[in-house]
Amino acid sequence: MDKSKIAKQFIQAIPHSRALGMELTDIGDGFARIEMPYAEQLVGDPETGVVHGGAVSALMDTCCGAAAMSHPSSPAGTATIDLRIDYMRAATPGQTIATEAHCYHITRSVAFVRAVATDDDKDNPVATATGAFTVER
Amino acid sequence: MSRKRPEPVQVIKQRRDAALNALVHGVPYINFMGIEFDRRGDELTAMLPYDDKLIGNPFLPALHGGAISGFMEVAAVIGLSWVHLWDEIERGEMDADEVVKGHLPRLPKTIDFTVDYLRTGLPRDAYARAKVNRSGRRYASVHVEAWQDNRGRIFAQGTGHFLMPMRDD
Repeated sequence: MDKSKIAKQFIQAIPHSRALGMELTDIGDGFARIEMPYAEQLVGDPETGVVHGGAVSALMDTCCGAAAMSHPSSPAGTATIDLRIDYMRAATPGQTIATEAHCYHITRSVAFVRAVATDDDKDNPVATATGAFTVER
Repeated sequence: MSRKRPEPVQVIKQRRDAALNALVHGVPYINFMGIEFDRRGDELTAMLPYDDKLIGNPFLPALHGGAISGFMEVAAVIGLSWVHLWDEIERGEMDADEVVKGHLPRLPKTIDFTVDYLRTGLPRDAYARAKVNRSGRRYASVHVEAWQDNRGRIFAQGTGHFLMPMRDD
């Protein structure tokens, strides 16, 4: 089975990620990229139509977990130990939010991951995240 | 000196609940998640009724870390908004009926949010309470605790910083 097919099935198997409309577009070697299209139901500020931070955190969490799991030294699943998200600006309503996560260090027990989320304006991040994940053995 | 007769308790209660209801259900993401709030005086408890779409690991099964953090962020934002709205309604600066009619106050913006996952989120209802540790004119710091069956066994805690909406005064 090719990599993109595995990637698709990975997201399809996570009910909450599927409910938020996430699509995994790249994965491997401690890197993952996930997109989340704009949807009315994800709006956090009805006056502006801006997506709620909670939906962005779910995207960040999924992407960081996928990056941790895809690291060559990670044998199996993972769980989040902690995750911090910094919201730099509101995502532009109507635009897809894409997250790229790197697992930049991994020990026998912990995977350290960083992620950046952007909308169409790629030079201006919407949010960044740093997290620690378990390495299940 | 004559003092205005206080309103019947049911009227006050109904107005407060209606204002809270309007604040909460005006946000599509909160409705999508199915989050509700229980009010006892000025104290709020956020409730996340179990739903299959909240699952992150179907094999355990366990709640999604993102669903948990989203829930806690909602508890923090609404908790923080409510503290201010409550004060404004009590001081008579804000008319609860106007809130119900859809004149909602601007919500605080999240600057950052950190979640510690202490235990696996089980496939059942979750609860959260937010404590505003500091709330100035511009910035606020809020701590949230989330639990499931046991109030004493929290399964996640979070801290967030928020930018308060601009006031006209």
